[in-house]
Amino acid sequence: MSTYSVEAIKINKTFGRRLVFNDINFRLDNPGIFGISGPNGSGKSTLVKIIAGLLSSTKGKITHKNSEKEIIPEKLHNHIGFVSPYLVLYEEFSAWENLNYLSKIRGITFDKDYAKELLERFLLYNRRNDLVKTYSSGMKQRIKFIFALIHHPELLIFDEPTSNLDDEGRELVYNIINDKSKENILIIASNDKSDLDLCTEVLDLKVSNKDF
Amino acid sequence: MISKAFAVFNKDFHSELRTRYAINSLAMFVIVAISVIMFAVGQEKISEGLTGGLFWVVIFFTAMSGLARTFVSEEERGTSLTLQLVASPSAVFSGKLLFNIILVFCMNTVIALLYAALFESFVIKNYSLFFFSFVLGNIGLAISSTIIAAIISKAGAKGTLYPVLSFPILLPLILTSVQLTLFSLDGTSIEDAKFELAIVVSYDVIMLTVSYMLFDFIWKD
Repeated sequence: MSTYSVEAIKINKTFGRRLVFNDINFRLDNPGIFGISGPNGSGKSTLVKIIAGLLSSTKGKITHKNSEKEIIPEKLHNHIGFVSPYLVLYEEFSAWENLNYLSKIRGITFDKDYAKELLERFLLYNRRNDLVKTYSSGMKQRIKFIFALIHHPELLIFDEPTSNLDDEGRELVYNIINDKSKENILIIASNDKSDLDLCTEVLDLKVSNKDF
Repeated sequence: MISKAFAVFNKDFHSELRTRYAINSLAMFVIVAISVIMFAVGQEKISEGLTGGLFWVVIFFTAMSGLARTFVSEEERGTSLTLQLVASPSAVFSGKLLFNIILVFCMNTVIALLYAALFESFVIKNYSLFFFSFVLGNIGLAISSTIIAAIISKAGAKGTLYPVLSFPILLPLILTSVQLTLFSLDGTSIEDAKFELAIVVSYDVIMLTVSYMLFDFIWKD
């Protein structure tokens, strides 16, 4: 069972003079699927980047805790699995090389058995040695999920998880989401109704000052 | 941290072998620059001072043509986010710096060998002084180029900004390195070149400290 928690207090983000969102508050401390929705430009991707520590908020604070201990920003990346349309893997490497190099950079041992299991689950095992640049956009989306899961993160953040996926790919992703949500906190940012239907709670960014 | 930095270096090294982003531009620049100097000089006998100066001119512009690739290629390919998701800023900077140090050493060794082979006036009389100035100068060049590359990779006009930003930052290093190279060509002892060596060591230490302090802010947003 996850003992991980994420708390956002009065998060505010501006780009120049433009206010993206204001006064976002939530606390997630139980496994489950939490959604972030809103129209284009409402700041869904910005908010998930702030949660993942990839972007600073203008005001407010995000706190990540594991077993009640606050995680320092330098170590945060090892607790988060992140998928988004603007995440790009190294196209000059194969899927296997990407997972191997990126695991080593993370400072963890590359778990070949788990990598094989994930590649098989996402139907990419037979193409594991092909360069990523030869993959279709749907295959590239699927390898991102393997990259997000390979280090067993406690918090999973999926921004538009089913973009570029066909029905089979969607099914695979929804199965993973349902499996992982039993033990992990999962945040989905999407406009897709079928993605949001999986969520127990949804934060709608077009309604300002709304909390989880 | 060291193993993670080495893993970043290893990834960059293998990526470079596949893509040849930096190696090709560096090699072409070295060949073209030295050829142009040779054509310009012709049969003229050039002084030691001028040879030492031209040696660092080639090094400076070659560094400008290739060393920015380490960060710019990540930004252009959109893989910066991937790196941010797997490593701390200090591990990324250390790995990239290690890659640039090795690249600078390889590149400048080739330039030094070509100079020694092609220019009669490039005769080193104090090898130990040349070695120290070469090592310290290369380390300073790699540190400065790496942090400047990180800064400009986030900017729009990358190609223009790199030499513009590099020139004032690298000027103290280049001027001192030119002087040290001149000393090694005219046989000045290390004892007499202590002041210049101290400047280059101080430059390297200051740039390294400032780079690690700045990189967190540059890398994140």
